[in-house]
Amino acid sequence: MPPTDAARQTARPEERPIRATHASRAATEPPLVRWTLIAVAVLFLALFLIVPLVAVFAQALEKGVGVYVKALSDPDALSAVRLTLLAAATAVVSNLVFGVAAAWAIAKFDFHGKNILVALISLPFSVSPVISGMVFVLLFGASGIFGPWLSAHGLKIIFAVPGILVATTFVTLPFIVSELIPLMEAQGDEDEEAALALGATGWRTFLRVTLPNIKWGLLYGVILCNARAMGEFGAVSVVSGHIRPVTITLPLHVEILYNEYKFSAAFAVASLLTLLALVTLVAKALVEGRAKAPRLPAEFAQARGARPA
Amino acid sequence: MTARRKRKSILPGFGLTLGFTMLYLSLLVLLPLFTLFLKSATLTWSRFWEIVTSDRVVASYELSFSAALIAAAVDAVFGLLVAWVLARYTFPGKRIIDGLVDLPFALPTAVAGISLTAVYAETGWIGAPLARLGIKAAFTPLGVVIALVFIALPFVVRTVQPVIQNLDREDEEAAASLGASRFAAFRRVILPTLLPAVLTGFALAFARALGEYGSVVFISGNMPMRTEITPLVIMTKLEQFDYAGAAAVAVVMLVASFFCLVATNMLQLWGRRRGVWA
Repeated sequence: MPPTDAARQTARPEERPIRATHASRAATEPPLVRWTLIAVAVLFLALFLIVPLVAVFAQALEKGVGVYVKALSDPDALSAVRLTLLAAATAVVSNLVFGVAAAWAIAKFDFHGKNILVALISLPFSVSPVISGMVFVLLFGASGIFGPWLSAHGLKIIFAVPGILVATTFVTLPFIVSELIPLMEAQGDEDEEAALALGATGWRTFLRVTLPNIKWGLLYGVILCNARAMGEFGAVSVVSGHIRPVTITLPLHVEILYNEYKFSAAFAVASLLTLLALVTLVAKALVEGRAKAPRLPAEFAQARGARPA
Repeated sequence: MTARRKRKSILPGFGLTLGFTMLYLSLLVLLPLFTLFLKSATLTWSRFWEIVTSDRVVASYELSFSAALIAAAVDAVFGLLVAWVLARYTFPGKRIIDGLVDLPFALPTAVAGISLTAVYAETGWIGAPLARLGIKAAFTPLGVVIALVFIALPFVVRTVQPVIQNLDREDEEAAASLGASRFAAFRRVILPTLLPAVLTGFALAFARALGEYGSVVFISGNMPMRTEITPLVIMTKLEQFDYAGAAAVAVVMLVASFFCLVATNMLQLWGRRRGVWA
C-alpha cells in the first residue's frame, strides 16, 4: 500500500486532508500488531507487577481475617507504625525546609559551583541503601568518629531512634528539592520582582507569591518523599540494630515476622504498606496534572541535572 | 535549556538559603560519605586489595553485576514496549496500567521482596508452573534477576515514554510515504531517535539494580559464593563489626555507582545534542 499512497500524494499535493489521513494511517501499526504488542506488555506487567501485588493481600488473608486483625493490632506492630510515622514526619519536614531553601538559592541566583551543588544533592539516590546506613554507623556508632564523645555524654544515635530518623532523612533528601528546582527555574523571577517593587518584604513575597506558584510541585515531592521514608528498608536496617520494639519500623517488622516464619502476619503488615503504596500512586496521579513539574519522578533529576527537561 | 542569564538578582535571601543548603548538605551528605573513605583509609593498600578481591567478595561482584546487567536489559526491551503501548495506543484499563508502572517506586522494597519470593517460590503462583518446567526461580541467581527486573522497570518506562509522546510523527509519515514498511520505519526512523532515551533508562535501571538490597535479600537465599549480592556482603561485614572491611567493599561500590552516573550524564548529553530532550 505505501507505493500507491506515495504516488497519489506526490501526484496531488494540493489535497492536504487526504494526504494526512493516508500518511498517518501508514504511520501506525495494523490492529493485529497493535493488540499483540498490548497483550505482551500487559502480560509482562502482570507477571512482574500485578501478580506480586495481589499476592500480598492473598497471603495476608490466607489464615483468615482473625489472624490478619491480630497481626495488625499487635503492640509491636502499633509501635512500628508510630516509629514509621515519626521517621516519615522528620524526613518530610526537614527535607521540605531544605528543599525550599536550596531551590530558592539554586533556581533564583547564579553562582559558581552550582552544578557541583546540584550533583551533591542527588548523591543519596546513587548510593546503595546499605551504604547510606553504614556511613552513619561509621560516624556515630560505638567505634565511630563521634562514638566516644556521644557515649561520654550518654547519647545514643546508632541502634536507637535518632539513627533511624537521620538515615531516613538522608535517603529521602533529593525528592522534594529536585521537584522544586526545575519548577522554580521555569517560572522565572518576574512575579517576585513585581511583588518586591510594590514594596512587599522578602518573606511576604515568598509566602504570597512564590509558595502559591510552587505548591503543587511541593506536594508532589512530599508525596514521593513520604512514600520512600515510610518504606525505606536497607539504610534503616543497618542503623536499627533490630531492638524490639524501640527501633523497629514497619518494613523491619515485616522482615522480623517473615524470618520467624510468621508468614501471614508478615504479609498482613506488608499489606498495610502496600495500601500506602497504592494511596501514594493515586495521590501522585491526582497531583501530577497540577504540578507543572516534569512528569519524571525525582530519581531522574540526577540524570537531568537541574535544568528543566 | 533556559539560557536565562541572570543579572544581579534583586531577590533577597541568597546568603541565608545558600548558607543553610551548604550546612545541611555538609552535615548530612558530605561528612558521612567522607567518613567512609576515611575508614577504608585505615587499611593498608595491600589489606584493602586483599579484602576487595577475596573470593567471596568477587563472587558477589559477579552476581550483582551480571544480574543487574541482565535485569536492565530485560527492562530496556520490555520497558520500551510498555512505554510504546502506553504512549501510542488506547485500550481498556490503560490509565490504571499507566499508574501501576510506578508501583516499584512506591512499594517498600521489603514488601516487594517477600511478595516476589512467595510468588516465585516452588509452591508459588508462578514458581510452581516454572518448577514443573524444571526452572527454579526463588533462591537462585534467577530470583535475583526477577527482583531487579521488578524494581528497575519504571526507570526505563518513565524515561522513554515522554520521548515517544514528543516524537514528531511527520518523520514516520514521511518514511511511510517514501515506501518504507512500518517495521522499516520503526527500525530506521523511530528506534534511532529513541536510542539515547532507552540507553539512559538502561543505565539508570542498572545503577539502581546494582545497589538494591531490600527486594533481593528475601528471594536470593543469600548463599555465599552463589546468591550473595555485594550489598549483602557489606551488611554481613557490618554485623560482624568488620567496619573497615565493609567500608572497603563500599568504596568499590561507590566507584561503580560513580561510573554509572557519568555514563548516564554522557548519554543525556548525547540525547540532548540529538534533540531527543527538547
